[in-house]
Amino acid sequence: MSALFPFHGGLKTVRHKTESNTLPIEPGPLPRRLIVPLRQHMGNAAKPCVQAGDRVLKGQMIGQADGYISAAVHAPSSGVVAAVDLQPIPHPSGLADLCVTIETDGEDRWIERQPLDYRHLHPSDLRNALRNAGVVGLGGAVFPSAVKLNRGGHCERVDTLILNGAECEPWITCDDRIMRERAADIVAGLAIMAHLLEPREALIGIEEDKPEAVAAMTAACAGTGYEVRVVPTRYPSGSVKQLVFLLTGREIPDQGLPLDIGVQCFNVATAYTVQRAIAHGEPVIARVVTVTGHVQRPRNIDALLGTRFADLVAQCSGYRDGVERLIMGGPMMGFALHGDDVPVTKATNCILAASAGQLTPEQPVMPCIRCGACVDACPALLLPQQLYWFARAKEFDKARDHHLFGCIECGCCSYVCPSHIPLVQYYRYAKNEIWARDKEKEKAELARQRHQARQERLEREKQEREAKLRQKAPPRAAETVVEAADREG
Amino acid sequence: MMRFRTVTSPHVLLDASVGQVMRRVLYAMLPGVAALVWFFGWGVLVNLVIATAVALAAETAMLAARGKPLAPHLGDFSAVVTAWLLAVALPPLAPWWLTAIGVLSAIVVAKHLYGGLGYNPFNPAMIGYVVLLISFPREMSTWLIPHGVGQTQAMTLVETLRAIFVGLPEVDGLTGATPLDVLRTQMGLGLSVAEIRNSPVFGLVSGHGWEWAALGFLLGGLWLVYSRAADWRIPAGMLGGLAIISTVFYLINPQQYAPPWFHLWSGAAIFGAFFIATDPVTASATPRGRLIYGAGIGILVYIIRAFGGYPDGVAFSVLLMNIAAPTIDLYTQPRVFGARRG
Repeated sequence: MSALFPFHGGLKTVRHKTESNTLPIEPGPLPRRLIVPLRQHMGNAAKPCVQAGDRVLKGQMIGQADGYISAAVHAPSSGVVAAVDLQPIPHPSGLADLCVTIETDGEDRWIERQPLDYRHLHPSDLRNALRNAGVVGLGGAVFPSAVKLNRGGHCERVDTLILNGAECEPWITCDDRIMRERAADIVAGLAIMAHLLEPREALIGIEEDKPEAVAAMTAACAGTGYEVRVVPTRYPSGSVKQLVFLLTGREIPDQGLPLDIGVQCFNVATAYTVQRAIAHGEPVIARVVTVTGHVQRPRNIDALLGTRFADLVAQCSGYRDGVERLIMGGPMMGFALHGDDVPVTKATNCILAASAGQLTPEQPVMPCIRCGACVDACPALLLPQQLYWFARAKEFDKARDHHLFGCIECGCCSYVCPSHIPLVQYYRYAKNEIWARDKEKEKAELARQRHQARQERLEREKQEREAKLRQKAPPRAAETVVEAADREG
Repeated sequence: MMRFRTVTSPHVLLDASVGQVMRRVLYAMLPGVAALVWFFGWGVLVNLVIATAVALAAETAMLAARGKPLAPHLGDFSAVVTAWLLAVALPPLAPWWLTAIGVLSAIVVAKHLYGGLGYNPFNPAMIGYVVLLISFPREMSTWLIPHGVGQTQAMTLVETLRAIFVGLPEVDGLTGATPLDVLRTQMGLGLSVAEIRNSPVFGLVSGHGWEWAALGFLLGGLWLVYSRAADWRIPAGMLGGLAIISTVFYLINPQQYAPPWFHLWSGAAIFGAFFIATDPVTASATPRGRLIYGAGIGILVYIIRAFGGYPDGVAFSVLLMNIAAPTIDLYTQPRVFGARRG
């Protein structure tokens, strides 16, 4: 057992894992209608490549990756495209986004699948295959994996490749179950990732409250040289920065990338989809979703993307009485939804239907007494109370100077705050304001440059005309023409 | 389709509140208060009751005037904490109006006129104390002689109430100077520390009776730190700063300067370190800043005691460091995760 490097701050939170982690992963329903958002990843949304009326097969591409940071989207089942239009998606804003709606035909007929032998593929072809298979980080951030599998100029070589099986958020157990049941595929996916990144070592970090997953993964790693490391159960050990520090003792630079220090990190479920995509030719069309909380029979469901939340809740025999809040993700970082008529996306790791008893009752917000509980809890080593004052006072420059962007929005500060101040909300607000201002500045700068270019062009044209006229005509006539040109300009 | 309420994350919170933090401060004061009652009689309790009543009345009036909801703010117990911190620092037979003026200065001026809980730059209890110390020096230095010194009988509750609400009877040997006051005045007469300490007002380590109150406040204070209601760095910084500077001077001339253990155990050092300096609103808020803030108070306390015009200097030291807190915070920001070291 190698040494671990405990990170600063963090919390012992409630766990609530046993509600959903005792049953095996269950296949999801095949709904009559699948609503598949084209933006299921960070970066550019996929460009639709089907239109209403088209017949599609299971696994057929319906949205192309658009640009470098993007990923493809596929039909989760066979059927007919009913529409390509705006539909409600699970997003904190509650706004609609472009989706492909598929009327399924019940046959669930696959497109022809083409398994690849990754050992004989050029790395860039392999990465392209992953991009076209729609492989993105399934831990929740949904960043296109192909981009992260390109070492590029970030480092000389990769020291450590890490699989993240920490799953530190309360209630969520999809990674726990997938590690127990699909360990061999996960390790095979890790091998493909290792083939691309050529790391010195590959580690799998799992929180100690998942002994079955640890056993399964350890068994699957036998003979591979990959190593399972058990980390303490402490939120947010599953955050990339914290997990990398726990396992390697190295800090990802503030506003930098893991690759800057020769480390890369993927979720265990992502490794599973890498293996399915390459060895079986199956793009990402489903994911394991934990449906838990105040539902009749909580469990993990391998749901087709585009399945409505309501259908998954129905598979758990419905809500119990008194559900107050519907949360996508965990209680620490997940966001509350207006309704359950939204589709599962690649980011949907958990649907938590929470009753009043499972939530903390809302309490009046009191003034900050600067007690510093947030400072002790902050894993990013920030001064949350200072950031709060700056965000409140709209002193965004000061907030930035105090490393606002080092905040990972884990919620530890809000969790411990005796004054019940929604601190994370203030940081999100400040970040958004700063982004908006930066964009505004960029726009103004562009406009200034355009204006300058135009002025120079007009000046140049004017001089050219003057030169021409001086050659052809007597000086007096030239002046009038130039004046006229000026008025036009 | 089901509709749900949307609220921002996190959706679960620790069971903590400002009221809980403040109540812990009150509980932690109990052992020290018990010792004070034992040695100085009913007056300590009467002061606490008067201060609490005036504080709650003033808090209610100011909240109402400022249009703030009463229940959550009265329930945060911050006014009671301010009242107790001040009351404990007052002479046990202080006339009732003295206590009232101190509490009103603390709650109305130092707290609410600056924006209420969380916004006051100065420790309200210490503002109240300093107002009294400067305005009523005679009343503020009339301390009871502790139980067990001299021949005086302990005053009954009725006698105590009469003294506080009507006036102090002219009885010899009832009141006297505090040990730190004795040290200061006798030092001025050219006596050595060892000679002065033969006086019956001194006990095993510091003042007779006082030292047991200090022990009570130390126990309560340690629990406060253990329960995370106060940050250990502030008392550690303050007592550490006081210990270091008093040791230096003691080593230079033990005849003229009292030993460090006497300083640590005298006056309001322990009480101030755990209960007054730890007021988070007016203290430094960064981890390193809190050590510096505490140390600054400790050093100032010593300077005022040894070279200043007052026997004890906790209140002035705390207020002076309150002014410095924002600047300390600015220069002691922690290294953010992932920032280059050094």
